[in-house]
Amino acid sequence: MSTTNTPELDIKTDIGDFVYPEKHKYDAGIGLSEDTINYMCEVKDEPDWIREFRMKALQTFRAKPLPTNWASKDLEAIDFDKIRYYLAGDQKPSRSWDEVPDDVKATFERLGIPENERKFLAGVEAQFDSEAAYSNIKEIAAKQGVIFVGSTEGLKEHPEIFRKWFGKVIPTGDNKFSALNSAVFSGGSFIYVPPGVKVSHPLQAYFRINAQNFGQFERTLIIADEGSEVTYMEGCTAPKFDTATLHSAVVELVALKGAKIQYITVQNWSDNVFNLVTKRGLAEEDAEIRWIDCNIGSRLTMKYPGVILKGRRARGEVLSIALANDGQHQDTGAKMIHAADETSSNIISKSISVGQGRATYRGLVNMPKHLKGCKNNTECDALLINTNSRTDTYPAITTRGDHNSVQHEASVSKVSADQIFYMQQRGMTEGQAMSLAVNGFINDLAQHFPMEYSVELKRLIDLEMEGSVG
Amino acid sequence: MSKQLEIKNLSVNVEGTQIIRNLSLTVPRGEVHALMGPNGTGKSTLAKVLAGHPDYEVTSGEVFLDGESILDMQVDERARAGLFMAFQYPSEIPGVSIANFLRAARQARLEEGEEIDAVSFYKTLYEKMDLLQIDRKFTSRAVNEGFSGGEKKRNEILQMAMLEPSYAIMDETDSGLDIDALRIVSEGVNRLRGPNLGVLLITHYQRILDYIVPDHVHVMWNGTIVKSGGKELARELEEKGYDWIKEAFAEPAGKA
Repeated sequence: MSTTNTPELDIKTDIGDFVYPEKHKYDAGIGLSEDTINYMCEVKDEPDWIREFRMKALQTFRAKPLPTNWASKDLEAIDFDKIRYYLAGDQKPSRSWDEVPDDVKATFERLGIPENERKFLAGVEAQFDSEAAYSNIKEIAAKQGVIFVGSTEGLKEHPEIFRKWFGKVIPTGDNKFSALNSAVFSGGSFIYVPPGVKVSHPLQAYFRINAQNFGQFERTLIIADEGSEVTYMEGCTAPKFDTATLHSAVVELVALKGAKIQYITVQNWSDNVFNLVTKRGLAEEDAEIRWIDCNIGSRLTMKYPGVILKGRRARGEVLSIALANDGQHQDTGAKMIHAADETSSNIISKSISVGQGRATYRGLVNMPKHLKGCKNNTECDALLINTNSRTDTYPAITTRGDHNSVQHEASVSKVSADQIFYMQQRGMTEGQAMSLAVNGFINDLAQHFPMEYSVELKRLIDLEMEGSVG
Repeated sequence: MSKQLEIKNLSVNVEGTQIIRNLSLTVPRGEVHALMGPNGTGKSTLAKVLAGHPDYEVTSGEVFLDGESILDMQVDERARAGLFMAFQYPSEIPGVSIANFLRAARQARLEEGEEIDAVSFYKTLYEKMDLLQIDRKFTSRAVNEGFSGGEKKRNEILQMAMLEPSYAIMDETDSGLDIDALRIVSEGVNRLRGPNLGVLLITHYQRILDYIVPDHVHVMWNGTIVKSGGKELARELEEKGYDWIKEAFAEPAGKA
């Protein structure tokens, strides 16, 4: 495996390929030390317990080695001393669209958020750099008692709920990057849905990095109280930069008895971004957590959304799509930890490798011996576009006892020259033909997506595939 | 400008071996020309060469579509210029519904920035399906995935109807069809016949010509056309078999 920098390739990433002037009032400088954390805590006026939490996390981060014993050695290319760990815009979280600064609006416009989605924006929590530039609780949701704020506001205004669950699903020391996030997190969302409340519209957040050499460390915590239901949607695009950019988020979900959480991500990172994310949910009795995760772009993405099936009959699901273009490595997968009887999990993973792009699937399914009636279904399908494309699958399924059932299917397919010829004969260009084949490959998964996201996904794939053929 | 598909002195190599030798053939719009011949004589190669398949090397000759030379055009450019090929073995495109496939194909014919109108697209699609007596449920199935031989060929005809080519090359459309499927597919083709469409119907058997009655029949042997005639030529071939042709042209004079 190569550890050298991947060359800058001519890949069309029109979306996200633009920068607006930055006006950052708060800048903690470059590099990471106790001073960085003290600075952040003062600027953000955070309580002491958070300062202590961050300081401890910094120690953990320093103590933990990079996971290069199993993960890509490309991680060694991250220079932690050259990253900006905290940066915030001048603006406080805004409450209405009118209050959002014009250049921020311009960015959203370039991101191609369709006009008809603007109505949803009334309920959008969007992140511009490390502070929420715009956040607004949709009126209906607020009336239902739903809390939807930035993580900083959440920990200050709702400490009784926040503190109870923060860092409980993903402990600081889970991995090196969760420790890093715990030390320097800023931004991200805090959501609490009261018992029995079914949030009618998906809560959306649009993310964007707009500062060079600047790592984003969002921290999102979603708690769905008993019998409630919520869908959260997160989408990211980033401008193309010359130097590596680190994105390391932590997302924790808590679905209490009978609650349902659906977390949807569509990410389109520029190909210099390291996207190292820890996402995990805790599902109590009869609860359901579903991760829908689409990863396009980035230099290296490592992300394995997981569900701890803690209560009886809890259900967990990960539906993921990864597209690795030239010079990109999508190392994704899922974790299902069965910890109660009659829990069930479903993993469907589809990856597309274009050119020298590389897609890796890592799965972990754990069913201890003492459990009964647990089920897992895992399907991973890989599509290779070119002969030099690469895919690897590392499924780790641990089932003990004979009262549980596990199914695993994997396939690798190619877009054949015959298929391309057939489609071209119908008048499509080679790029359009590729695009259609790729969209067909993911079609059965994309059908689970909300309409606007599947449209966006299709457009992102079109852009990627156009750039992939001569 | 002459409205015809004109093949002039075409020679084609595949991996260094000459498959088509100095072949000339003209199909005007409004006519159906049958191209017959024994297996391995270059009929399907001719179809693929006309469509622009990258595996074939044209060593000499020219092909004109309504007077415009197409040999330098890409596969998709030729298609958009009005050339359609009904495949002998159509590819499966998993996960892509027939409706989405046709939509993408029609979209590809629009100017950049122009979007297909979904309502009129479906209106046209359903009209064509009614014309070809195809069940509407058909459109939601993935292209050729799990299709029977007959369904695949009907799908080809539906695509032909939707893309409204000026010239259609039908490569052994009758192969693998039982008599009922053959009749249905042939009726479809007959409905699409008209003054704006030229058809080159490639077949091994005379059988399909009972349903699609050609204006002209050409016999291909050893990479070139050795005999042309009216529809009665097909009958003659049916009676005498291809051995007659093989004997008559055992050492083709056209080799020089």
